Amino acid sequence: MNIISQVTDSAPKYIIYDFGILTSRIHEWLSSMMNTTWTSVVEMVLIGVVFLSFYALVGLILVYAERKVCAFIQCRLGPMRVGPWGIFQTIADFIKLLMKELLITRNADKFLFNVAPFIVIIASFLAIGTIPFAKGIQALDFNVGVLYLMSVSSLGVLGILLAGWASNNKYSLIGAMRSGAQIVSYELSVGLALMVVVIFAGSMQFSEIVQSQATGWWIWKGHIPVIIAFVIFMIASTAETNRGPFDLAEAESELTAGFHTEYSGIKFAFFFLAEYMNMFIIASIAATVFFGGWMPLHFGNFAAFNHAMDYIPPFVWFFSKTMFVIFLMMWFKWTFPRLRIDQLLTLEWKYLLPINLVNVVLAAFIVLMGWYLI
Amino acid sequence: MIEAITGIKDSEQEYFINMGPQHPSTHGVLRLVVNLEGEIVKSLVPHCGYIHRGIEKMCEKDTYQQVIHLTDRLDYLSAHINNEAVCLLVENALEVEVSDRIKYIRTIMAELNRIASHQLWWAAFGMDMGALTTFFYGLRDREYILNIFEQTTGGRLLQSYNRPGGLMNDIHPDFVKKIKEFIVHFRKKLPEYDELLTGNVIFHNRTRNIGTLTRENAINYGVTGPSGRASNFACDVRKKYPYSAYDKVDFKEILFTEGDSLARYQVRVAEMWESMKILEQLVDGIPEGPFMMKMKPVIKLPVGEYYQRVEAARGEFGVYVISTGEKNPYRVKFRSPGLANLSTLNHLSPNVKIADLVAIMGSLDLVIPDIDR
Amino acid sequence: MTGIVEYIKDVFGALKSLWTGMKVTGYYFVHPKEIVTEQYPENRETLKMFDRFKGELTMPHNEKNEHKCTSCGICEMNCPNGSIEVISKFETIDGKKKKMLDTYIYHLEMCTFCDLCVKTCPSSAIEFAQTFEHAVWDRSELTKKLNKQDSVCSKDIKE
Repeated sequence: MNIISQVTDSAPKYIIYDFGILTSRIHEWLSSMMNTTWTSVVEMVLIGVVFLSFYALVGLILVYAERKVCAFIQCRLGPMRVGPWGIFQTIADFIKLLMKELLITRNADKFLFNVAPFIVIIASFLAIGTIPFAKGIQALDFNVGVLYLMSVSSLGVLGILLAGWASNNKYSLIGAMRSGAQIVSYELSVGLALMVVVIFAGSMQFSEIVQSQATGWWIWKGHIPVIIAFVIFMIASTAETNRGPFDLAEAESELTAGFHTEYSGIKFAFFFLAEYMNMFIIASIAATVFFGGWMPLHFGNFAAFNHAMDYIPPFVWFFSKTMFVIFLMMWFKWTFPRLRIDQLLTLEWKYLLPINLVNVVLAAFIVLMGWYLI
Repeated sequence: MIEAITGIKDSEQEYFINMGPQHPSTHGVLRLVVNLEGEIVKSLVPHCGYIHRGIEKMCEKDTYQQVIHLTDRLDYLSAHINNEAVCLLVENALEVEVSDRIKYIRTIMAELNRIASHQLWWAAFGMDMGALTTFFYGLRDREYILNIFEQTTGGRLLQSYNRPGGLMNDIHPDFVKKIKEFIVHFRKKLPEYDELLTGNVIFHNRTRNIGTLTRENAINYGVTGPSGRASNFACDVRKKYPYSAYDKVDFKEILFTEGDSLARYQVRVAEMWESMKILEQLVDGIPEGPFMMKMKPVIKLPVGEYYQRVEAARGEFGVYVISTGEKNPYRVKFRSPGLANLSTLNHLSPNVKIADLVAIMGSLDLVIPDIDR
Repeated sequence: MTGIVEYIKDVFGALKSLWTGMKVTGYYFVHPKEIVTEQYPENRETLKMFDRFKGELTMPHNEKNEHKCTSCGICEMNCPNGSIEVISKFETIDGKKKKMLDTYIYHLEMCTFCDLCVKTCPSSAIEFAQTFEHAVWDRSELTKKLNKQDSVCSKDIKE
């Protein structure tokens, strides 16, 4: 039964909020009523429902947040009409998208055209399971969590490629090709940047990476190599989610809307939602790996300070860190011009990858010498 | 397989895309038929005429006063400057000497219009490059100028402020004060433009050495205005053939030698600084005098051919009129800078990427109604 | 070696230029007073157009239902695209046959707001109003009759 994590380590005294107790109670209660198979089935369904609703909620909030952030950056107010400060705007948009007609271009590959948005959304849904929201709240806690996340999050590009190909639109095809080239190269940098922290933490399991930051976040403890890794991770993962200055697959001023030119209604909404969910996943991974995830702010051995910080619930820590990273990504996006496709590949192969390789060696050396900052 | 069906070899197949008439970065209804090889543009054919309204023909039925409202609608971003060309032509043909006040106000208005046009261009160019925020900053600053226009002329985009022999209204009492406020505001905001785009490494890489136009080609194609001056072609009509009050002000003709998209960008940003200098020199010393000279209600030009050129925001704008002595012109031809600038696109585009094509088009600053007329 | 130095300089120069741009946008994000949005339908009361704003052509009438138009037709002649139609009638006042305004038709849908009619009117009978909400459901509503019912020219009364 490893669907619900049961990290039963010696429970250091600074962890106040342990949701593992709650989940194991539910588990015990369910097992007292039915046999093991049914228990796991019911648990899977429960987790699925919780994550689906969470998924939709986060999507709605992020779309609203993005619109407000970009509005403030651009000296505007953003949505103001639906509800106070326009907070129901995304719900109104969602209803509008639901009611729109679903169009398919003539000679489009109908099956692939319809299946592409689902691939994109399933890929992001698979990735969300590994994220530790708080102690004990994590659907999948693999010992190779980082590896799993890497492999799953790169599935999304398949959907984009299929969408571009099946649309039977020349602009879409160019967008899909760009996206393919982009993801193949930037996967490397994302992986290597995460590898730096894996070297420091000594584990690929997300719960253990979080635990290893109980005495200080890696961005502080691991100093230079982790900061470099963070910058590279931000650049590469923004590129991987087709956002910000790397939105070449969409490139509205060049390719009108790139791979989703021909999509309308709810199928377009799927692409849209998946983009924001990918942003959330990337941000939460960055928060988990570099900023300690749900772990409160701890400084070495200042017991009183650390204890005071523990009273802030882990959800608050996790989401505030994630929101900070998301804001950073939005800030990029609304500031920079878009790169050209060859410059994008140059950036990866000539700059990010060499720096990353040197960085991994540097990290290994620092771990070897034990030069942590505490 | 396609080879078996059509008999065309794979290597000979061509990938055409239609950029426009509805495309976000053609800024209107220009249609480019682009022949692609992957991302790379092999050749390109611009198709004009989607917004052809026959303005030159319409001018033939109008009196000289009425032509003004049509020249507004050629290059709507430098409407005032186009109007000035027609007015100068009529005044020169009738040998009317307008008062200094008219000359000063016309020059101030033209420079304001030039700044407004460059602001919009900067905003849209940033957007073409993918930096959407620039669009709002550019338009925000342009609003100040539009308010000045609206207060004095009653129109924001199309002012119809000039008339043969003078101006429609006298300037608003707040005119001078507002321009001074604008200069103070814009001197603070213009460095932000540089911080956002000019110094940005992504922007630099996107525009440097893209669409390089040599001086010879610039002259051969008749490229004028900022695009020509970026190729070191000194073509500023304000310097070469001063009109209105341009002989009374001191300003620099911005020249760059590179001729690429970045140089065209830098010329325009530098021109905004120069225009502000011109404004500062003129705005305090607007002389007293009539804002409209005594003209006959029905203007009839003497028989003959007339040509008048002015420096519009995009280059040399010329009006050519044949008069048979009637109250309306026999034939009107506008020399619009946009068409000449567009004609270089064929020369600049081969072997660039699609993204570069957008950058080149943006840096040439095309206004489609100006091209199609 | 110089190559590596150049390379590192490139990287840091690039990062610095990106940071300069982000400072600008970041400044606006934390300074909400720089927001320039006008919330249009809400600010109807305070929204005032400039005096010279050309909204639509009107013919002012005084309280005695008099206008100044003598039906001379100069505005119609000067209008570049036929937005104005002046229909006059002949009436006999004190034994004299006089040209009087019957209907003054203004096509808002064709008007280009060039201001020639107002500027050339010899008796200042027409002027531009500062209204700007011209949207209607039917195009025919844009064709307007400017003189009011049973109105007369103030000059005719005096004589």
